[in-house]
Amino acid sequence: MIELKDVSKRFVDHVVLDHVDFHVDDGQTVALLGPSGVGKSVLLKHIIGLITPDSGVVSVDGLNVASLKRKDLAHLRTRIGYVFQNGALFDSMDVRENIRLGITNGELYDDVEYCQERVKECLRLVNLQQEVAEKFPGELSGGMRKRVGIARAIAGKPKYLLYDEPTSGLDPVNSDVIDGLIERLQDELGVTSVVVTHDVRGAFRVADKIALLWQAKIRAVGTPEEIVASKDPAVQQFLERDLEMALIQSESTDGSDV
Amino acid sequence: MDTAAKLDLRRWAGRWSLRTAGHAGRFTYFLVDMARALTEWRIWVPRTFEQAVLVGYGSLFIVLLIAGFAGAVTSLQTGYQFSGQFPKYIAGGVITESVILELGPVLTGLILAGRIGARYAAELGTMRVTEQIDALESLGRSPMSHLLLPRCIAGILVIPALVMFANATGFGVGWFAAKSSLGISNADFIYGARFFFRSFDLWYSVIKSFFFACAVVLIPCYIGYNTKQGAEGVGRATTDAVVSASISILLLDVLLTQILLTGTGQ
Repeated sequence: MIELKDVSKRFVDHVVLDHVDFHVDDGQTVALLGPSGVGKSVLLKHIIGLITPDSGVVSVDGLNVASLKRKDLAHLRTRIGYVFQNGALFDSMDVRENIRLGITNGELYDDVEYCQERVKECLRLVNLQQEVAEKFPGELSGGMRKRVGIARAIAGKPKYLLYDEPTSGLDPVNSDVIDGLIERLQDELGVTSVVVTHDVRGAFRVADKIALLWQAKIRAVGTPEEIVASKDPAVQQFLERDLEMALIQSESTDGSDV
Repeated sequence: MDTAAKLDLRRWAGRWSLRTAGHAGRFTYFLVDMARALTEWRIWVPRTFEQAVLVGYGSLFIVLLIAGFAGAVTSLQTGYQFSGQFPKYIAGGVITESVILELGPVLTGLILAGRIGARYAAELGTMRVTEQIDALESLGRSPMSHLLLPRCIAGILVIPALVMFANATGFGVGWFAAKSSLGISNADFIYGARFFFRSFDLWYSVIKSFFFACAVVLIPCYIGYNTKQGAEGVGRATTDAVVSASISILLLDVLLTQILLTGTGQ
């Protein structure tokens, strides 16, 4: 279980998280919604210990992430797969090596045969051709980079998957492909996931539970149905804006097809 | 000076002191982290060899070229300064000592601050702003053993070796230039070189190059590792790395000369 209790974080004068409480039960997929720049990625980085809170407690499997020693934190991270917003692929390595680095068990990482099979399996899971393994990140499209990022995150068979804006910068078709992939991985791997996004449609498609981060606080939490039915003006405003954007996007896509 | 200007100056001095203290603290932590990662030798040893080849072999040509020119110019200037006033063999001593004590280590250090320092700062800075370093950490792997230790150890091992090559080239080209332009005989040149040479001079050159190597690799790695704010940040980090490493080399040069030559009465 992932749990944030009374977590606050500020960067110089800017309060990013203000006494935030947030939790994810095992096996659940939670989408964290919110406008761009509101601090969703910061919250996600707290879970994996890349950022430490100014106050409050972040715990994963009952372990306080901020107080873990270096080795224990490294060990905890082997149970968490993190999909970065822009892939964060190592550009000096080909796709095969990138995915292999995701195999966090030392003995398995040194087993060449296992690694080859695991890389093939991960590429299959994210719907990529085996030939992609030979390519370098610079030779891949945005959607492919995201999928390789997901493949690397699942290579170590993590218990938790954290997605940081998995569909940002992608066209609607590729966004749908990625959303479908998140759903499918959920079914096939049974991992606990947190998906940070500002794409409401995608969030509603993949999540069991939705949380809205608004002005440094968790403004609303609930099932997709509860969020839609919410009378909170901030929730309504966010949903309406996104629907407007979706409408504009679909109109422009239709226009370009003509 | 009016009150506003005084206040500004105080504020500036205060900020500068805080920033310097902050860097000193972070740099110390950086070194401690790196020392801790030494135990993960199975990760950093193979990568160190890769880096050593990249840095050493890749820098050899430019280092030898500049050392050769430095040797030739020293030789010609020595001839110009001493013509007709001193015995010719003195030129052999002056050229050899100039190259070994100063030109070889300092010129090589400054060139490598530009070549290796800029490379390290830009590589690590780009990895930082594109979240590759975060990605490595998120996989439970240490950036120290995967990225920083191999670069630093490779540089610290290879740079003194490059300085020795530079010394040999500067000496050889200087000898050739002295022969062809000053008309000094081989025997005179060797006599002069031996007359002024002390074995400590070579040690001095090695010690200096070791300290310069530390400046050339550690400062750019620290600056690159702590890069912020996208492409502009990478550009700034690269410039800062080269400038800081070069200034450190010049300061270390004065300091080491004072300690090792003047201080010991050599």
